Amino acid sequence: MLLTDNDLQSIWLTLRLAGIVTVILFLVGTPIAWWLARTRSHWKGPVGAVVALPLVLPPSVLGFYLLVTMGPNGPVGQLTQALGIGLLPFTFWGLVVASVFYSLPFMVQPVQNAFEAVGDRPLEVAATLRASPLNAFFTVALPLAAPGFLTAGILTFAHTVGEFGVVLMIGGNIPGVTRVASVQIYDHVEAMEYSDAHRLAAVMLIFSFLVLLVLYLWRPSPKNT
Amino acid sequence: MKSIVTLSIAVALCAAAHTVRADEIQVAVAANFTAPMKAIAAAFKKDTGHQVQAAYGATGKFYAQIKNGAPFEALLSADDATPIKLLEEGAAVAGTAFTYAVGTLVLWSAKPGFVDAKGDVLGKGDFRKLAIANPKVAPYGAAAVQTLTKLDLLEKVEPKFVTGENIAQTFQFVGTGNAELGFVALSQVMENGKITKGSAWVVPGEFYTPIRQDAVMLEKGKDKPAVIALLAYLKGEQARAIIRAFGYEI
Repeated sequence: MLLTDNDLQSIWLTLRLAGIVTVILFLVGTPIAWWLARTRSHWKGPVGAVVALPLVLPPSVLGFYLLVTMGPNGPVGQLTQALGIGLLPFTFWGLVVASVFYSLPFMVQPVQNAFEAVGDRPLEVAATLRASPLNAFFTVALPLAAPGFLTAGILTFAHTVGEFGVVLMIGGNIPGVTRVASVQIYDHVEAMEYSDAHRLAAVMLIFSFLVLLVLYLWRPSPKNT
Repeated sequence: MKSIVTLSIAVALCAAAHTVRADEIQVAVAANFTAPMKAIAAAFKKDTGHQVQAAYGATGKFYAQIKNGAPFEALLSADDATPIKLLEEGAAVAGTAFTYAVGTLVLWSAKPGFVDAKGDVLGKGDFRKLAIANPKVAPYGAAAVQTLTKLDLLEKVEPKFVTGENIAQTFQFVGTGNAELGFVALSQVMENGKITKGSAWVVPGEFYTPIRQDAVMLEKGKDKPAVIALLAYLKGEQARAIIRAFGYEI
């Protein structure tokens, strides 16, 4: 594989983005998933639908809204400016924020399913053994839901690596800052550098296949418990 | 009931009449030419009945699509190199290429009064981001880099570049205010011969190689009367008046 420095830079940037987004989503997505799995509130439907929106929305819609709301005249843009952070579009952290929204369902849904599969019983047993709700969450629910977390983490990471439309719309294609691998491939194609495009595209293809292979090989067959 | 029958016969007749005289033309159009093309297509339809189905985007992308079997019958390129390349490779019809517009580069900001009449704002560096079209693929991007090189400012402002994949996206970055400044096409900020919004510096022509935009008939449009008519129409005075009103020279 003869990748240029720019290609390697874009791969490194992509991995860094996907890694940070996955960590943030573990922290943000777990409480949402827990709430969705346990609540009887009539807000469950609307919140679940909002979480699932990025699955359905075209990236151009998400990218457009993010560009406008994070811009100098948008509400998020005015907030970040007031906080002294500046504007988020064209920055690495802007991509992180966008990707957190974009990959949210890939974290929440598997974790929610895992929590639902754990059910009430183990938590009730823990409570009778005088475990506090927080204690029961960390020592009972989390370990039992671990497979769901692994699936969610892998899917979130891989989905962020595969992001393109949103990044194109708010990234501004800055080398080392927002030019991720998918955009780099697009650039190669546009510039008619097809052999460069092929090499990087092959790396992405192999990576994606391996990730999914691990996921499918590892996923245990359904148990009858 | 009777009226429904009459109506459906009328609709059927209209549809039949439509297919007899009017054709649909698939045209790939450079993103910077979006606004004038819409006006020209409307006038063309009024005069000839032919419907122009235009796709707007980056010329480099159209090149790749045309080489891979896209159904375009004509290309209105953002440059003069792509039509030549397509001709050499046998994807375009020999003898049909011509310059339909010469583009003008403009330094533009959505903020009124931000850009001065001489473009000195570039040298002051009092801005966060400067949007340009990808100079590797977009002629307006290449012209922007030439201009900055000529002004001896390239190294200074390069760290502030944000790059749009084509001139339309570049305009979007500036239009939403996310980049305070950007090099865009005059056609994007001009309406009826006037710059209607924000502030702009029209870059003098000697700062960059003229952006000649050539059109060419593609193999898929060969010998089609509607395509021949459209290309002829683009050379006509009526279309040229529209093209000039949007800030191009021709």
